[in-house]
Amino acid sequence: MGMEAQARVVLRLSGITKRFGPLVANDAITFDLHEGEVIALLGENGAGKTTLMNILFGHYSADEGAVELFGAPLPPGNPRAALAAGVGMVHQHFTLADNLTVMENITLGTEPLWRLGRGRAAARGRVEDLSRDFGLAVHPDARVGSLTVGERQRVEILKALYRDARILILDEPTAVLTPQEADDLFATLGKAVARGMSVIFISHKLHEVMAISSRVLVLRHGRLVGEVRTAETDRHQLATMMVGAEVAELEVRPHAPGPVLMGLRGVSTPARGNATGLRGVTLELRAGQITGLAGVSGNGQATLAALVGGLEMPETGEMDLAGAPVEGWSPRLAVDAGVARIPEDRHKTGTIADFTLTENAILESYGDARFSRRGWMDWRAAEGFAQDIIATYDVRCPGPATRIRLLSGGNMQKLILGRVLERGPKIILANQPVRGLDIGAVTYVHQRLLRARDEGAAVLLISEDLDEVMALSDVIHVISEGRLSPAFARGDMTPAGLGVWMAGHGFEEAGHAA
Amino acid sequence: MRLEPVADPGLGRSLGYPAAALGATVAFAMALALVAGADPFAVLGLMVKGAAGSKFALLETLNRATPLIFTGLAVAVAFRAKLWNIGAEAQLYAGAIVTVLLGTGALGLPWPLLLPVSALFAAVAGALVLLGPATLKLRFGVDEVVTTLLFNFIMLLFVSYLLEGPMKDPAGMGWPKSEKLIAEARLPRIMEGLRLHWGFLLALIAALGVWVVQTRTTLGYEMRAVGLNPEAARFAGLPVGRILIKTALLSGGLAALAGWSEVAGLKGSLTLDLSPGFGYAGIIVAMLALLNPLGVVVSALFVAGVFVGADSMSRAIGVPTYIADALTAAALLFMVLALLLARVRVRRG
Repeated sequence: MGMEAQARVVLRLSGITKRFGPLVANDAITFDLHEGEVIALLGENGAGKTTLMNILFGHYSADEGAVELFGAPLPPGNPRAALAAGVGMVHQHFTLADNLTVMENITLGTEPLWRLGRGRAAARGRVEDLSRDFGLAVHPDARVGSLTVGERQRVEILKALYRDARILILDEPTAVLTPQEADDLFATLGKAVARGMSVIFISHKLHEVMAISSRVLVLRHGRLVGEVRTAETDRHQLATMMVGAEVAELEVRPHAPGPVLMGLRGVSTPARGNATGLRGVTLELRAGQITGLAGVSGNGQATLAALVGGLEMPETGEMDLAGAPVEGWSPRLAVDAGVARIPEDRHKTGTIADFTLTENAILESYGDARFSRRGWMDWRAAEGFAQDIIATYDVRCPGPATRIRLLSGGNMQKLILGRVLERGPKIILANQPVRGLDIGAVTYVHQRLLRARDEGAAVLLISEDLDEVMALSDVIHVISEGRLSPAFARGDMTPAGLGVWMAGHGFEEAGHAA
Repeated sequence: MRLEPVADPGLGRSLGYPAAALGATVAFAMALALVAGADPFAVLGLMVKGAAGSKFALLETLNRATPLIFTGLAVAVAFRAKLWNIGAEAQLYAGAIVTVLLGTGALGLPWPLLLPVSALFAAVAGALVLLGPATLKLRFGVDEVVTTLLFNFIMLLFVSYLLEGPMKDPAGMGWPKSEKLIAEARLPRIMEGLRLHWGFLLALIAALGVWVVQTRTTLGYEMRAVGLNPEAARFAGLPVGRILIKTALLSGGLAALAGWSEVAGLKGSLTLDLSPGFGYAGIIVAMLALLNPLGVVVSALFVAGVFVGADSMSRAIGVPTYIADALTAAALLFMVLALLLARVRVRRG
């Protein structure tokens, strides 16, 4: 490969294979990373990206194959070795101590047992230099717990730079950022690369991969199925490589909205623990319309979902169902009122892992007369219901008696879809409905939501993925610190425009206008 | 060292490891016998003989298993819903007190009526004893492990007070014991001349009943759902609080039946040593049975056999009966380890 061949190879993986029981997570993976190069590691969930990085980082040891860093072999299974050799990793879930300051987090584990004031001042000077040189603005004395998600990510990157990382691995770094923050991150990476840093960028977002990388490696089912120069490929080709088949384009037909099925007027709720409360939220969910909720995670989405789903009541403000004020409100009442709820965490809230598909399928409806009479379960009817869902919603599984923990995320989500859609819901709460799913399942879930909309359901789509919200929604609200932006109609807003609201701007002006 | 889950344990693993646990328990017993200075094979032989070597021994084991089945079921029901009832001992005594109150002449009914009535009220008493801790847990988040455990001591001291005061048998020559039950309040023997009473059969029926409840009824489905994942259960709209209260009532009632059957079937009166820790042993019984109600019968028979066998062996060659406590505890530990190892593979690096 012409140009890269001239740059020094900083990382070489040769024939890396890792098995978990019968599953081959990584199958003979070989590639080089050169100095000053950004490679994107593209693949669906479960393709083996994270396993590969964990091997590189010493969290797992490979069954076969070797890792070479800067020309020297890396001893397997030793996280310190990779760190010492200059590999820094920014995980999807940050590894910071909330109760410590930015400085303390950055220097944690690098300082000698005893230390003089001068050392501390020097360390601080270095952090300030790094933060200026790479455009990573964050106050060194701020407590990490008080920082925004974007700022925390900067701390993670500073931490790696402070430790003289020459190779930076970023695992889905933009999942938690506003579009502007993502642009800032790309600018930072650009500066780092200009100084000879090498970057591995793990993602499944094609436009980012196209924007930042010079080479793309595609993983599928643990194997390296493609290696292309970014300049010589396009999004369509990458998607096809990643999935292994042609990807169907989502077709959104325009649809006229109907009456308001659920309304919130000036609803506020108190903050609970880590969950942001709502501040004067006004929202209308209309029949035959998908209302998208965009925003950086942790800005009140969870509370709004809890409110619609029956787990939370407004503290002040009004909530009504098709015009009738809601008095009592609970999950049971929400289900009975025709609210279909697709929860954010399908493993912890959506399903019971050790229950069978049948038992999970009737979780919301086991009390119906068709499944339960005078306290006795009709398991035959329940199994028939599960069979129907499995057939209608294409749930791939050995059978209804399988424990649901053995299913993939996509199949689990299809069962949940079936469970709630089979009740013919009026309102659908879809909270991160495709998080962690592979492209096939994503398309399926989106088509189902669109079909439900076309059939007259009011859909509230909550997602941190702005692309998803923009692709599906008829109207979009942005949520920030518990406040809701005005509604923007499809086509009225650009990612940059929504990003301004996601960053918390515009609410005051809108408040004054109202 | 790392543990990796085995996707499909297979018959060899899922039977082999528990069998190995049983072997380890036997080896442990022999080692204990050696420490006590006795011939390990003689100790083992005497224990088996003492537990099942004769008709008398076998019936004794079945009698001893009866309260263990009830307390084992009580614990299994509660633990299945993740309600940590450590207080079966207190609930057992509550049942025993009511049995004595109703059975010493206060109710003049023929036995086909008196026995069901006393069983019912005993169960209600036990249920009420657990209702307190369950309510505290639901309303104020008080840890039921602590409250149910402490209730055991409260109840034991309360029984001690009753036996020294209001319930003391005037003809008891000063011993702290209650009056004897009238004949109509006693559980009959299953066969004339045999020491085994109807309580054992009722315990078997109770086990079957609990199994039916758990697998066939709506309540059983709800209890399992709440136990496996309360968050998902609440989200789906299950009335989690009400389900836990029902579970507590069922569990407390079952534990109280152990006290009822001991008083009405075996002892005939209430004393402070009515239960040599049946409530606590119920935890071991339930855990060994993996909380399966039918398994509870098997594990209760095993634990009862160990205790009865150890008593008999101890009388013969003087190795202390504490060996029985050590053995049942070891059996539980080995079994838990075996069940873990059956599901994972140990790997280096």
